[in-house]
Amino acid sequence: MIRAIARVLEERTHAAPFGLKALRYLFPDHWSFLLGEVALYTFIVLVGTGTYLALFFHPSTAQVVYHGSYAPLDGMQMTEAYRSTVHLSLDVRAGLLMRQTHHWAADVFVAAIAVHLMRIVFTGAFRKPRELTYYVGLTILGLALLEGYLGYSLVDDLLSGMGLAIGYGVALSLPFIGANVAQLIWGGPVPGTADFWSRMYITHVFLLPLAIATLIAIHLALVASLHHTQFGGGRRSERRLVGLPALPSYAPRSLALMFTVFAVLFLLGGLVQINPIWLWGPYHVADGTNGAQPDWYLGWLIGALRLMPAFDVTILDYTVIPNPFWGGALFPSVVFGTLYAWPSIERRFSGDRVRHNLLDRPRDVRWRTATAAAFLSWVLLIFMAGSADRAYILFGWSYETQLQIYRVLVFVLPPVVFWLTLKICDELRRNEEVERHRHEAEDEARAAANRV
Amino acid sequence: MTRRRAELVVAALLVLAALCAAGFVAVYALDAIPDQTQYLGLALGAAFLCVAGALLVAGRHLVVTEDGESEYGHPSPETAERLVDIGDETVAGIRRRRLLTGAAAVATTAIGAALLAPVVSLGPVFDLAAMARTPWRRGRRLVDEEGNPVPASAIQPDEFLTAFPEGADPEEIGSPIILVRLDPASLRLPASRRSWAPGGIVGYSKVCTHAGCAIALYRAPLFQPAEQPPGLVCPCHYSTFDPATGGTVVFGPAGRALPQLPLRIDRQGNLRAGGTFSGPVGPSWWGVRRGRATS
Ligand code: FES
Repeated sequence: MIRAIARVLEERTHAAPFGLKALRYLFPDHWSFLLGEVALYTFIVLVGTGTYLALFFHPSTAQVVYHGSYAPLDGMQMTEAYRSTVHLSLDVRAGLLMRQTHHWAADVFVAAIAVHLMRIVFTGAFRKPRELTYYVGLTILGLALLEGYLGYSLVDDLLSGMGLAIGYGVALSLPFIGANVAQLIWGGPVPGTADFWSRMYITHVFLLPLAIATLIAIHLALVASLHHTQFGGGRRSERRLVGLPALPSYAPRSLALMFTVFAVLFLLGGLVQINPIWLWGPYHVADGTNGAQPDWYLGWLIGALRLMPAFDVTILDYTVIPNPFWGGALFPSVVFGTLYAWPSIERRFSGDRVRHNLLDRPRDVRWRTATAAAFLSWVLLIFMAGSADRAYILFGWSYETQLQIYRVLVFVLPPVVFWLTLKICDELRRNEEVERHRHEAEDEARAAANRV
Repeated sequence: MTRRRAELVVAALLVLAALCAAGFVAVYALDAIPDQTQYLGLALGAAFLCVAGALLVAGRHLVVTEDGESEYGHPSPETAERLVDIGDETVAGIRRRRLLTGAAAVATTAIGAALLAPVVSLGPVFDLAAMARTPWRRGRRLVDEEGNPVPASAIQPDEFLTAFPEGADPEEIGSPIILVRLDPASLRLPASRRSWAPGGIVGYSKVCTHAGCAIALYRAPLFQPAEQPPGLVCPCHYSTFDPATGGTVVFGPAGRALPQLPLRIDRQGNLRAGGTFSGPVGPSWWGVRRGRATS
């Protein structure tokens, strides 16, 4: 039966050679290679749950008065966008499950990509010939951040509104063109015209998902065309790839991973509350709340905005570069710029122009590992600074003192981490040396004993 | 695990998955059960988990797990050359390549610009005056969220009140103001603003000059002697403005003072605007006047 179908298909497609290649594609076996797969499977959940949400959500800023099933909001003025989200959360059966799963999936998606990126950097997987794969992946990360921000904003609850206000402030702060760009995007001063919601909506549900899906396809095509990288050892070498073929061995495992990802996301969506928007209330320009935390993946930007001392570039009575530019635009540009430039900078310093299929063990390339660790610690520190207000509420540590400490640490910590990482790499390798010598000595002793 | 055993386990897990999925449908169909979302997530998650388990057992015990080997591919520069050759052949008959390339570039740029031009319709991109406009005029009455006039007596010390211009759109960034009452003796406003705070009541734009959040916190010293003077605090990045000195920044990343609104009390005892703000409202942009108070 299946044989017959295969024959019929082949006669009409001539695609069997391609299929054969796909089924025999080799996957090197290492846990860290699964991170990208997690991101991929999460994306499927995002598209699925997101489509369901779109069947109920109204991207409209029309002002309405709430008379739904959630009593505390009764009689409140709000936008149709917020009302329909509260409705789909509390009145549509399975609506809340889908919304929470969607939200969790967004958080996991960015996390999986970020950790995957770290793996790529620390093991040197970005080196020739895989630079393009790396750039595409990095772009997916950037778009995913924007996509998440828009999803969070569309709801028009109080936190969305505050996030959008900050986005507007950052857009305004761009040198030369800030005000014009912001007027263009928002259609006028914040909170923007009704058109702005249509713009966010089509971007969130169509343009960005399309862009991300396309880039994922390119990313995978590049991975497949160049084949996976692998760690050295055994029969593996720069020229010979050893791994599990998609069929019969690897596909069941990968599918198991996929269903595990589905399971975890739906369990989270069902059991762990996330962003209970009905508690936040609708956004109004005049409203704000304390202790609001954005989704984790925006924490680094909040941290940067908060950490930056009051410093605007001014000429006489005119502002030239307003403050949000530093934390909201320059900082992420520096982070992404560094990441984009990483392969070429490293090539510059190492002079390494050879093709690589074997991955580095982080300890073996101590300079890269230390630099990457220092860079990571810098970003993480700024990320943490974004939660100084939490620490104030939880532990009573003075917010201002914390900020002063962070401002110093931002300069002190990366060099310390750099130095420490170098030491750790050296130590690890020295231990290995010792181990190896011991093994050799033991082998020799055994051989000698045998001879006797 | 023997093969037979593994097959049984896989079958069992798949049946369990089916049961969980059926459970999902059942929970979905039963309306008005408590914690429906939780049960739905549990059922669906469990179903997926069972399938994952089945696949894992199958992958481990029922299919061959054997490493394959293959050679990594090589780049094929000759093929790339060939591609370029084909391109070259295509344009081989053309003599004046420079001219045509130039003309094509001009056409591409112009058509690109033409296609981009309609983007300007998206917003008042060149009209930045709108950003500086606010609904506040001299004599305009202050109203609260319900639209009722705000009597000066409604402003209590240690509390803040949000007010809007009567008859204007409260969702405009230039509308909301924050009112607090200070001890008139503690005021240190610039000389030109002496008359702006009748009875110690000061009004400021409620929109933070850092990045546009609403100033939603008022730090009012409860104990005397106070450790810190009163402050208007923005919850987004904790810019803190001093209401006694004309909204100057005392902490945080904001780059300019909160715009102050001159106030006066009319004959009915209600608050009215005595003019417009001392500076542009909301976050700064390239070229905005800082509106530093001149004394
Ligand atoms: S928006 Fe107020 S401090 Fe940043």
